[in-house]
Amino acid sequence: MGLTEIFKFALRGVAANKLRSGLTMLGILIGVAAVILLVAVGNGSRVAVEQSLQNLGTNTLTVTSGRQIRSSTYSTELTLSIVDALKDRNAAPDVKSVSPIVQSQQTLTVGDTDHTTPVIGTTTDYLGASNSKVAQGEAFTADDYAKAGRVLVIGATTASELFGADDPIGRPVSVGGQIFTVIGVLEKKGSTGFNDPDDTALAPLTSVQKALTGYGPVNAITIVAVDADSVTAAQAEVTAILNTKMHVTSTTNTPYQIRSAAQLLATRTETAQTFTTLLGAVAGISLLVGGIGITNIMMVTVTERTREIGIRKALGAPRRVILTQFLLEATLLSLVGGVLGVIGAFIGANFQITGITPVIVPSSVGLALGVSIAIGLFFGSYPASRAAGLRPIDALRYE
Amino acid sequence: MSKPVIEVTDLVKTYGEGEATVHALAGVSLIVERGEYVAIMGSSGSGKSTLMHILGCLDGPTSGRYRLDGVDVSDLNDQQLALVRNRRIGFVFQAFNLIPRTSALANVELPLAYAGMKAGPRRERAMAALEMVDLGNRADHDPNQLSGGQQQRVAVARALVSEPALLLADEPTGNLDSKSTADMLSVLDRINREGRTIVLITHEDEVAAHARRIIRLMDGQVVSDTRKAPRYAAEVPSWA
Repeated sequence: MGLTEIFKFALRGVAANKLRSGLTMLGILIGVAAVILLVAVGNGSRVAVEQSLQNLGTNTLTVTSGRQIRSSTYSTELTLSIVDALKDRNAAPDVKSVSPIVQSQQTLTVGDTDHTTPVIGTTTDYLGASNSKVAQGEAFTADDYAKAGRVLVIGATTASELFGADDPIGRPVSVGGQIFTVIGVLEKKGSTGFNDPDDTALAPLTSVQKALTGYGPVNAITIVAVDADSVTAAQAEVTAILNTKMHVTSTTNTPYQIRSAAQLLATRTETAQTFTTLLGAVAGISLLVGGIGITNIMMVTVTERTREIGIRKALGAPRRVILTQFLLEATLLSLVGGVLGVIGAFIGANFQITGITPVIVPSSVGLALGVSIAIGLFFGSYPASRAAGLRPIDALRYE
Repeated sequence: MSKPVIEVTDLVKTYGEGEATVHALAGVSLIVERGEYVAIMGSSGSGKSTLMHILGCLDGPTSGRYRLDGVDVSDLNDQQLALVRNRRIGFVFQAFNLIPRTSALANVELPLAYAGMKAGPRRERAMAALEMVDLGNRADHDPNQLSGGQQQRVAVARALVSEPALLLADEPTGNLDSKSTADMLSVLDRINREGRTIVLITHEDEVAAHARRIIRLMDGQVVSDTRKAPRYAAEVPSWA
């Protein structure tokens, strides 16, 4: 009996009980799709973190003040005089720009609407350093900085929270009781999954200090190196200047921290990878549970047909033909279910899941499909081979 | 004279072990010649079903010899037995045993498919067999769309489609009403007139009345073997 003939038998067997075949395929479909999607979500969050950090720019360094050193009698705060020292082209030839940042959490009010967001006071260089672009209106100018103008450039999220669909340009906003005027809206950057970079407001450093925080030290300094290759050199120059200005003697115990975007990228990526591993573990468990489901349904399906196998044997079906038929049926169910699962996962990956766009990992497709099909084949053909090995009368008597 | 279709010698079949051993067959010897119509009767537990299953190569004996058409089937392996069941024996079960959710025609085609016949001629032969049992118009029906009597006729068509030497029927009318029983018996009579050897099990006297030889079993042994108007007088078994 030829293979095509047996294949027709198998097709007929699958079609003979549409509900049972459908449910078997559904089980495999869900198992495969769940594993691929879960891994894709984990991977998607990793990709999102990488992209958002890359948006920050890879040639930036961030200096933040660390703890105070008790033994030191000198100030270890990041002051504007340090900022000026860092701008010295001779001492720091690899530094392109220096942007001091004063950041404070403020409540912004427009009419009855209020929204709390971090307000960043900085210089005009900050937009370039933070890879931000103005989408609407304009950025504040050196003139605004010099005059401590009450102007505000807000992020996309802040704009929609305060103004909804209205045009925010030229509108007054109360920032912690002080009136500022919105002159620009930043281009949307998109979520990293952990925080929203679009929920922010920028103003000249001078006006933020004057109106909101007072003339204290700055919170951080964002430094941009001339190019990506000079980041290390720039970091060394910045370290030297800071050590001189703060009179630091021990290099292992500095009152400041310098982090490059590359380092930040490494830590965040590591976090995201842990996340992916966790999701992968969950996916592995669901694959196991799905596999047991497939095992169960295949065993029941074939065991239930022991009697049919008995009839076929009584009619003179050779063992090989029966085995091939059931193997083909199991292959059909597993393959069709598995492929539908992959298609389902690819469709599902087009939608955001808890704010994360899933990115499919090719190896997870192979793994999920391979494991489900292997389980389907084994547990579809094992009971069939057991039944085909019985004497016809024993298979016929099977209830 | 041709070889007998069935020749069994001292057939023994036991189930279980030790104390619980049951002797379903305790030394049965029997010869059935070509063209005979034999009814095997006996109460339940007499071993008639066990004998039938061994004759149909669905089960093997514990000891004893069984020659089918002169071939000793106890020497055959699994694959050869499948071939014997396919080519030489047609089996009709009490419970019909049609393959569910599969059309009558596909059911009848099955033995031919296993014999490796091509789809075209297979269909023709299967159709002819269904027409022989007056079910040509029901070829597309699934078993659950057919009455018990019709299902059993499909089963007979399936048993005969490969033109086996021997038709075995295990209480073929056991699950049928009187009308269907009459239909079934007339089909069997016609098949026998065409020269086919039939061995059937029954405990209904009216069914046995159609046979020309009645063998009674009790406790796994033949207790009587009577013939009505033997067609082949010269073929009285030598051991009788």
